Amino acid sequence: MQKRGLNPSWLVRMAWRDSRKNRSRLFLFIASIVVGIAALVAIDSLSHNLRREIDLQAAELLGADLEISNRRPYTEEQIQLIDSLGGRRSEERRFTSMIFFPKNSGTRIIEVRALGGEFPYYGELNTEPATAGKSFRNGRQALVDQTLMLQFGARVGDSVRIGRTTFLIAGVLKGAPGQSGVSASVAPVVYIPLATLPQTGLEQKGSRINYRYYIKWDQPVDMQAVEKRIEEPFELEGINWDTVESQKEDTSRSFRDVIRFLSLVAFIALLLGCIGVASAIQIYIREKISTIAVLRCLGATATQAFFIYLIQIIAIGFIGSLIGAILGTLVQQALPVVLKDLLPVAVSATISWPSILQGIVMGVVIAVLFALLPLVSIRKISPLNTLRISFQQSSTLKDPLKWLVYMLLFLFVVVFAYLQVEGLRQAIVFTTGVVVSFLVLSGIAALLMWVVRKFFPVSWSFLFRQGVANLYRPNNQTRILIVSIGLGTALICTLFFIQGILLNRVSLAATDQQPNMVLFDIQSAQRDSLVSLARQQGLPADGTVPIVTMRLEAINQITPATLRQDSTLKMQRWVFSREYRVTFRDSLISSEKLKKGKWTGHVQEGDPIFVSLEEGFAERNSIAIGDTMHFNVQGVVMPTIVGSLRSVDWNRMQTNFLVVFPSGVLEEAPQFHVLLTRVPSVEASARFQQAVVRQFPNISIIDLGLVLSILNDIMDKIGFVIRFMAAFSILTGLIVLIASVLISKYQRMQENVLLRTLGAQSRQVFIITALEYFILGAMAAATGIFLAVISSWALAEYMFETTFTPQILPVVIVFFTICFVTVAIGLFNSRSALSRPPLEILRQEV
Amino acid sequence: MASILSVQNVRKTYQSGDRTLPVLDNINLSVEPGSTLAIVGPSGSGKTTLLGLCAGLDRATSGTIALHNIVLDNLNENQRAQVRNEHVGFIFQNFQLIPTLTALENVMVPLELRGEKNIKPIAMELLDKVGLAERGHHYPTQLSGGEQQRVSLARAFSNNPKILFADEPTGNLDAETSDKIVAMLFELNRERGTTLVLVTHDMELASKTGRIVRIKGGKIISDEPVMTPIP
Repeated sequence: MQKRGLNPSWLVRMAWRDSRKNRSRLFLFIASIVVGIAALVAIDSLSHNLRREIDLQAAELLGADLEISNRRPYTEEQIQLIDSLGGRRSEERRFTSMIFFPKNSGTRIIEVRALGGEFPYYGELNTEPATAGKSFRNGRQALVDQTLMLQFGARVGDSVRIGRTTFLIAGVLKGAPGQSGVSASVAPVVYIPLATLPQTGLEQKGSRINYRYYIKWDQPVDMQAVEKRIEEPFELEGINWDTVESQKEDTSRSFRDVIRFLSLVAFIALLLGCIGVASAIQIYIREKISTIAVLRCLGATATQAFFIYLIQIIAIGFIGSLIGAILGTLVQQALPVVLKDLLPVAVSATISWPSILQGIVMGVVIAVLFALLPLVSIRKISPLNTLRISFQQSSTLKDPLKWLVYMLLFLFVVVFAYLQVEGLRQAIVFTTGVVVSFLVLSGIAALLMWVVRKFFPVSWSFLFRQGVANLYRPNNQTRILIVSIGLGTALICTLFFIQGILLNRVSLAATDQQPNMVLFDIQSAQRDSLVSLARQQGLPADGTVPIVTMRLEAINQITPATLRQDSTLKMQRWVFSREYRVTFRDSLISSEKLKKGKWTGHVQEGDPIFVSLEEGFAERNSIAIGDTMHFNVQGVVMPTIVGSLRSVDWNRMQTNFLVVFPSGVLEEAPQFHVLLTRVPSVEASARFQQAVVRQFPNISIIDLGLVLSILNDIMDKIGFVIRFMAAFSILTGLIVLIASVLISKYQRMQENVLLRTLGAQSRQVFIITALEYFILGAMAAATGIFLAVISSWALAEYMFETTFTPQILPVVIVFFTICFVTVAIGLFNSRSALSRPPLEILRQEV
Repeated sequence: MASILSVQNVRKTYQSGDRTLPVLDNINLSVEPGSTLAIVGPSGSGKTTLLGLCAGLDRATSGTIALHNIVLDNLNENQRAQVRNEHVGFIFQNFQLIPTLTALENVMVPLELRGEKNIKPIAMELLDKVGLAERGHHYPTQLSGGEQQRVSLARAFSNNPKILFADEPTGNLDAETSDKIVAMLFELNRERGTTLVLVTHDMELASKTGRIVRIKGGKIISDEPVMTPIP
């Protein structure tokens, strides 16, 4: 017998013919992936455009060719080295301080940037009026961040006081090189001329000032050669520098993480859609059993039958992906607006063809992969089904091809995740997380179906029993809806809960007797007067905490140079470059516990100095009891021995330190002090802040109210972006819901029509349908909320170490909204069974 | 004359949990080319199972079935599909037209599966023969039950089968329509020299064939020629 070929042209023709009466349904299946593809294409296009803009605007991000920054004043040698680099140069000093608005006595902590020179050399200070960016440099004038202006109702021409000096507001600062909306939330920026800094009295010994130089060369310079010259001396001294190229890399790197996160969220939406596709195709294939059996009877091979439907899936997968890509390109126009507070550069929404192509290929591949799960069952459909319908779905466990498909799916998700996160371990963790979430949701759906079936309410009225029974009958939508809607709900609710946990955690501090205000940058001479000022206002002030800044020069024999050369050393790279803020005292405080070694509270001159380290810091840098550490205390090298390790409760608003010295060593070192106090009300806080700013203009104040408002602001900005992305999952869930309802419409329709034929009234069919969808919506929403509560509780308990109390009202709103939408979609799609004559529907739907 | 269908010692069982259910036991049958045969018996006697085995839709548990001298036992599913396509025609009780294909396309499918060209005139001629030339572009849902079975007849003969298997071909039709369909079936059968094997409960229809095989409890209880087939 001569073997026949596959006959591809006939396969295509049959696929086309077979799809005739199903095209709208097929499109509906694939609509589930449209949203996911749209999200991916939008994010990927944004990523492309962002990369291009960062490349184009890298110089504007830095504002110069080279930026040098140091936490201490530069030494003579360092200045000579900087001088030798040539070019034009601007100088800046950055530090936190308080601003005072005399018009309404408002005060707030800000970042002061005292600027001298023509910086920025690339781009500009975006100000209102535009000329203020240059004109403020002449005299005692300031540029004040626009949010700060709004917050205190200030106008251009008003006065502000910083330190001891009053400045005229020359303009509103809308943007500076490399600044995003979020960074402005934390510490709003105020520019003042560098020449006016001494008048403010804020530059004193021990002040926490960041000293910066910006260099611009008018002729092209070999930047690699420049970096080579400064690398060693700067690195050893902990001086940082940035070039246009490194700034480009840093910005790209930080945004790669954001883009990756958003891509993964979009990918979850796509996966949800794919599950919808697989579920829909399964029902579709079940309906096609007789057609496939007839074809097999007439001589079509199993492979031919399989290919007929595979071709349909490829075709609709392509169309769906194309629509998704177009939609994604449109959505991308909105992304720069959504992300404006996070983006460091203005991004134009240009069409990205590689992203579109990638989206289409991805859509087709993933639609086919997921559709393969039900499609491989076609091979098992016997021609005997023409004589009697005896099709039994092949057991997943027994079909090796299904296992192969599962493996391919897992691999696909791993590969996609790997391309996003560029780490195999993280990719596997992500994939496993997704699989586990899906399995948990699916398991909960199965459990609920089992519970409903097991404890079926036989005594209820017929209408209720009918509605409830639909949950576990053949072709039910319970599993797919709980997975898709549940996951979307879980995403949204978890985000909401986390926001609540973070805010709650900060607010909690306000409820007990813990301090809620920190005053820092207190000079030694100001200590007593400040404490008595606090006491005069009735505020608790038990004393100040001294802080000495220092750098670490060596741990045992390891120096920055050896750490750089030996990559096997288990130490954090910044262990030597960071500035250590250290205190000294003779006893542990309530937030600390001794974990190892012996606490030394006081040493005599000439004795070995035993310091105490926070245990996590010691562990991360492989430091043990008895190790030696050489600290450079503002020019004086001080050898110490690690005497003890402490655990520290960082959650408490207290002055906690990585390194604590015993008393008797640092008393004479340049230092500043911190005072913790508790203000009973907003008014008391404002009154005290005004008094401090007036009397001690160099002292910075941060209170819990400010922390809460900053946190709220940041959460709002980041939360909006995440909500925007989670909306794709919700939208996908809704489309899957619509698709599921329409796909099973025929089965439901037959039942409903039969009920109506037997005399059921429209109202009764309406109640049965509404009840079924209400239970489905309620189960999906409840499962999602349940998962969100569990995951938020775990996060609160183990990560944020706080208590978690879910807010009831928003949860109730989410729950009923989802129930309402589910019932509305269910009823809308079943309306023909309610209003039209039964025979007409039966005839039409066959 | 060599038989077109040979069934030797065929046994068919199904597994139901731990139990083995016998459906057919020791079936022996031989059908000559061009002849007509009816398999009759009560519900559940195994007649449809026998039809399925003879047509190569299923495998026997033991025994040998040869169709047009091709032994089906050792063929895989794809090879049996090819045998069906080249030598077998089918008529079903519930017509089994593909709902998404027009009447004409339904008739064309067996020929298309063979990869034949210019098949539309052949399919049209067959539709004309069953009186549906004007309805070629209608979908099955737009046709009455009788019309659907006529399309099914046209499809069954489209690949010039050596043997035609019919499973209760009039089971879903009224008496008047049944008569017309039966008349067409036998006419086409005579005209094309096709062998006809039909399964039915209807003794009047069975008596129109040349031979009646009675099955009960999975066994042939009689195999007798019909002396004077009713025309």
